[in-house]
Amino acid sequence: MSKKSNSGYKGAALSVLKNFDVNVWGDVRITTSDGEFSGIILPRSEIADDRHVVLKLTTGYNIGLEVGTIEEIEEHGSKEAHYKIPEKEFPFDPVKPNVVLLGTGGTIASRLDYRSGAVIPAFSPGELYGAVPELADICNLKTDKLYGVFSENITPEHWSGTAEAIKREVDNGADGIVIGHGTDTMHYTAAALSFMVKSTPVPIVMVGSQRSSDRPSSDAALNLINATWTAAYSDIAEVMVCMFGPTSDEYALLHRGTRVRKMHSSYRSTFRTIGDTPIARVSGGEINLIKKDYRRRNPETPLELDTVFDDRVSIVYYYPNMQPDIIDSLVDNGYKGIVIAGTGLGHVNKPLYPSLKRACDSGVHIFMTVETLWGYVQMYVYDTGRDIMELGVVPGANMLPEVAYVKLGWVLGHTHDREKVAEMMLTPYAGEITERETIDGYLIMQGGLPEMEKFLKNIHF
Amino acid sequence: MKRDYPYNNFNPRDAGFRCGLEIHQQLDTEKKLFCHCPAGVYSDEYNAQLLRHMRPTLSELGEYDGTALMEFKTRKDIIYRINKDSACTYETDDTPPFPINKQAVDIAIEIALLLNCSIVGELHVIRKQYLDGSIPAGFQRTAIVGVNGWIPFKNRKIEIFQLAIEEDACREVSDVGHLRTYTTDRLAMPLIEVVTAPHIYEPEEAYEVGMQIGRLLRAMGKVRRGIGSVRQDVNVSIEGGTRVEIKGVPRLPLIPRLVYFEAYRQHRLLQLREMMHERGIEEDNLQTERFDITGRLEHPAITVFPDESFIVSVLLLKKMAGLFAHKIGPDRRFADDVAGRVRVIACLIHRPVILHTDDTSSSAFSHRDMNEILSVTGMKKDDLAVVVWGPPDDVVTGLNEIEIRCREAAVGIPNETRQRMTTGETDFERILPGPDRMYPDTDSPPLVIPRDHVAEIRKKLPEQPLDREKRYKKQGLPDHLTWMMAISPRAVLFDRLVSEGKIEPVLAATVLVELMIHLFRLGGEPETFGDDDLENLFTQHRQGSFTREGFRMLIEESAQTGSRNWTELTAKIGIRRVKPDEVKSIITDAASTVAGVNPMDEAQKFRMAMGLVMEKLRGSVPGTELAQMVKETLKPD
Ligand SMILES: [Zn+2]
Repeated sequence: MSKKSNSGYKGAALSVLKNFDVNVWGDVRITTSDGEFSGIILPRSEIADDRHVVLKLTTGYNIGLEVGTIEEIEEHGSKEAHYKIPEKEFPFDPVKPNVVLLGTGGTIASRLDYRSGAVIPAFSPGELYGAVPELADICNLKTDKLYGVFSENITPEHWSGTAEAIKREVDNGADGIVIGHGTDTMHYTAAALSFMVKSTPVPIVMVGSQRSSDRPSSDAALNLINATWTAAYSDIAEVMVCMFGPTSDEYALLHRGTRVRKMHSSYRSTFRTIGDTPIARVSGGEINLIKKDYRRRNPETPLELDTVFDDRVSIVYYYPNMQPDIIDSLVDNGYKGIVIAGTGLGHVNKPLYPSLKRACDSGVHIFMTVETLWGYVQMYVYDTGRDIMELGVVPGANMLPEVAYVKLGWVLGHTHDREKVAEMMLTPYAGEITERETIDGYLIMQGGLPEMEKFLKNIHF
Repeated sequence: MKRDYPYNNFNPRDAGFRCGLEIHQQLDTEKKLFCHCPAGVYSDEYNAQLLRHMRPTLSELGEYDGTALMEFKTRKDIIYRINKDSACTYETDDTPPFPINKQAVDIAIEIALLLNCSIVGELHVIRKQYLDGSIPAGFQRTAIVGVNGWIPFKNRKIEIFQLAIEEDACREVSDVGHLRTYTTDRLAMPLIEVVTAPHIYEPEEAYEVGMQIGRLLRAMGKVRRGIGSVRQDVNVSIEGGTRVEIKGVPRLPLIPRLVYFEAYRQHRLLQLREMMHERGIEEDNLQTERFDITGRLEHPAITVFPDESFIVSVLLLKKMAGLFAHKIGPDRRFADDVAGRVRVIACLIHRPVILHTDDTSSSAFSHRDMNEILSVTGMKKDDLAVVVWGPPDDVVTGLNEIEIRCREAAVGIPNETRQRMTTGETDFERILPGPDRMYPDTDSPPLVIPRDHVAEIRKKLPEQPLDREKRYKKQGLPDHLTWMMAISPRAVLFDRLVSEGKIEPVLAATVLVELMIHLFRLGGEPETFGDDDLENLFTQHRQGSFTREGFRMLIEESAQTGSRNWTELTAKIGIRRVKPDEVKSIITDAASTVAGVNPMDEAQKFRMAMGLVMEKLRGSVPGTELAQMVKETLKPD
């Protein structure tokens, strides 16, 4: 038996490979009842069945052969793939700004994994230089792979760890920070870093990609270039998300970390600033400001951290006929903070009232946000709103539900004093609450209207 | 067009000509392959435009693909026009694929079985990179359905290497300089790609094999018809050469000439290589030098651009004098191959793309320019100078590409895909992509094709043409009709007509095959005759409305007028039921006319009388009957 692995194969398929003493990456000729096939045996996804052997034909195609049809396998040699991104040393230029790319995982740079059939991240200045040589025209790049997790697996420990890494790098003289992150929860991390990094002298730019970098149409390279440019040269010393503006390869938008949200499961232009405009747009080495009220880059500003977090918080997305046991179970399980995404201006049904009261009375902090995402909570308009406030539920202004959740965890890391928690929650620390909503903060255009048809036809959407 | 080859006594067979076909045929499905857009909705109208760039990426086995790098050098802005009735966010690569269209997979399995292929146990969707932008994702989703098939051809088998099911690409609208525009209606339509082994040894055979596969596909009735629904790529190589692919030939009759001259080009390029070697030029020792000559040349092709930002450069190719003038086709020289490469890769939009000192045509340099080049480069008698002008970046790309192409010439024939120009020549399209550009589609799980499902489809397969041919032979069809009838889409109708026992097989086959080919040659469209129309026609014949001769008259008339109302058409062309008395009197009249003409032998008299009679009765009374009666009448008493 060879020591080489037969990765991914199990059961009947594995027995066939063993019987003929062949391995993954073996260059073989397989005789089946359906004819002969020549190629290289590929690893198999672990979630796939045990009835097929996968073969890469000389034409580059893959096919699966049913094990029951296999009569003979002859091996001539083997040809193992080496997953290697061409690595070249990242050039250093003393006049260029120093940018540090912190990796948390996700698909900003990636390669394929046979076993899972998934895309796995790849990361080092050399690899990045091989894949996106344009970066060398922008800055001196250093990378640090903090984590290698898919974004759904991000936890508050990753948030505080990232914040600490940012401080370390900025204190070491970084002129800008780029953070590679999976897109699914990027807006949670952006919010967390916005609170945990209380002040920064340099831009902190989060970036990811909606199409993995193993494909020619990927948005990864352009996002990375734009994010790196922003970190190196922009005047905006805040936590931002830098992702495609339109789905076309045109420009990226810089979104404030506390007002941004992923709005489409697959579009490149998935990130939108909610209830406000983005801070700026970036393309071709130019940053065009949209907003004026942002914190300026200033080397004198100290980078101050505040990374406390109490993770006994939750979001409850309200729906009609929600039963009080939902709230009860959170309280009984020791949760200390609940953010409700309520209907309309911030409402829930009456049957929940006793449970909400019990929760507040037992020291759980409850804040109301809106599941409409756009707009302010306003609980004075209807009696129901006033009743709910009376129970101890605090309106959370126009904080996005996810942002309020992150913030509540952060606030509860500081205090559990009822008044103090409410005061901190309603104080904007990083633009999470805006005093006013400008008339271009809510723009969800509808297709089919003549003016939109015209827009779509003439502008690369 | 007049046939302009054999050319220069070049015989492809002697040169070791080998050719294979890749036939792309759209399938007749309701929906597209990986999304739920309707298939076959074409329009030049569009609702939205999208801009993309394509970057080369890593392949499964770890290396960058050659084509990939080449395409990225071109730095194209690619615009997609999207019509919301025919394309959704899948086509724009903003939504992952939906499960593969099962209807399309089943049709592909059926065709693979018809082509005697082995069907794979599991379908693996692969991404095939296309950096030209013809697919917004930058790759085409494709999967092998069957391999190792064959079709009968003359007295041998042509192997079918593989059959893949794949999504179609965009239609190109325009490609100028750094901007290429595509429309997305055809994008993602299901099609199959049938790849034959390179077992074709004569240019004409490439056409015949293509015809045969095309007929087989159409005969099974589940493929799309009409413009653009079938396209073929042709692989050509000669002994000592390299596989070169001519892409997207829209019509089979164009193939023989294209492949003949491609073989000739390769033959001449191999001679060029020898010439270079004789001069001591090898891939790694070609000596070149570059000079700026901006503002110093008066050639009108250059001065027509008063653009301040344009630069003009000279590339000196040592010891290459005369080689750019080396002929590689009736109207092409090696310089044209080089220019084609520069045109595509450096995105230069002016024509000519380059100028060179081997040129003796009307676009040659003036004396003054030659002196200018001489003084700038110090070129010697056996050197060659090439001038490139345009935006600085593109000029550098252009100069690099000329060097690359000349080095390749010292090696042999570059691996490339070529496109057919409207002039009938081929020109460089892109470097031929290798298997490196294929990698698994992580968005699509493998699809098991159960063996019993394949058996099920096999059971329902239409009768195989070979079996059908045998059956037709038994039914008494003459040799020249059996195979044609066996692979005709009308075979089912034929069987129906004949099985009812009322139509004689030879007549049915003559009408369904020969008459239809005749109609096609006249410029008609046989496919516009529905099976029902033809069945009605046979019914009327059986009822005695017209004779055998009437078929041709009626079908020609029908094709001309567009009417399929046979009763009206028979009346219109004067076919009618004639009473025996009238027939008799027409024949008597003819006989007396003939009798008045002297001198004539019996045969002449008969032919003349028949002519007169047929003029009045063609289609109405069977010719054999009339002949008999005319003979009787003319018989001397
Ligand atoms: Zn679609």
